[in-house]
Amino acid sequence: MSTVEGWIAGPAGPWLAIGLMALLTYLLRIGGVAMMSRVRITPPVERALAALPGSIVAATVVPIAIAAGPPAILGVLAAVLTARLAGNELAALLAGLAAAAAMRAFGL
Amino acid sequence: MPPIPDARPVVTGAGCLLGARIVAPSLPGVIAFAFAFGAASVQKGLTLWEAVGMSMVLTAGASQMLSLELWRETWTLGALLTIAAVTSAVNARFVLMGASLQPWLKGASLPAQAGSLFLLFEASWLAAERHRAEGGRDAGVFLGAGLLSWTVWWIATIPGYLTGALVTDPKRYALDLVLPFFFAAFAVPLWRGVGRSGPPWLVAGLVALAVQALVPGYLFIVAGALAGALTGACHREHR
Repeated sequence: MSTVEGWIAGPAGPWLAIGLMALLTYLLRIGGVAMMSRVRITPPVERALAALPGSIVAATVVPIAIAAGPPAILGVLAAVLTARLAGNELAALLAGLAAAAAMRAFGL
Repeated sequence: MPPIPDARPVVTGAGCLLGARIVAPSLPGVIAFAFAFGAASVQKGLTLWEAVGMSMVLTAGASQMLSLELWRETWTLGALLTIAAVTSAVNARFVLMGASLQPWLKGASLPAQAGSLFLLFEASWLAAERHRAEGGRDAGVFLGAGLLSWTVWWIATIPGYLTGALVTDPKRYALDLVLPFFFAAFAVPLWRGVGRSGPPWLVAGLVALAVQALVPGYLFIVAGALAGALTGACHREHR
């Protein structure tokens, strides 16, 4: 066990992580096609899958922004507002960065 | 969706070119996201090869960004399991996207299906769905769109990384916050109104906050996401 852990902690670690992520993601990519030949997507399953992307975003952004403090919260609001008004993700990202950087420049 | 005739899918060179043309307008966004990933990966201590390698074999923007949040200097079994769980949760949407392509690909040989599904991303999927919605049956559209966006994706990681390496004080430009800002912007088009998106998103955020306070690490993302999906499954919108 300790040799395995030493191996993971060594230079192989980052590549193990990348390989594991790539393998799982590929399985998900082919999973939908494989599944459709066997399973029926019932309405509750469909609603769960539809709610999943937004739920991931909410579960990620809310705790990270609150933990990072007011500049992060203001930046998230600026990004959301810009995305809503301009419909452009790159502009939204830049607005978020500008808002947070400005707030930090003022020492908030 | 119109019923797809049960025939072997057509794959033509012209279809590949058409797919590349359909996907072209989304390439600036692909470049910007890959650039941002490259720049952010420097700050988290990845080597250029690790960043580009991840772009080549994972090719999934949101999960690549999120993996940076979970990146370690020294890896442990627990950290590997966490990153595996979070990646699977974030990329679970590929199951649904693949499921919608299945009627289109089912006539092809298994190796051809398995090979082309490596190129399943938002951009290629959207191009394919558009082509199908217009009555097309050429699976080359999916291949062409996928190959072009894959190539652009991993190449654009390189200038992003090199630019990120020039920034000595990332906090000054709020670059440590790229992930939450990008995610928040990404979520805006996913919003389907308070009635449909409100409950799952609210539950996801609250459960994630609670789990974050109670459990160390990044389990809160998986817990919040599953709670949100479960809420979506149980919640029927009242019209």
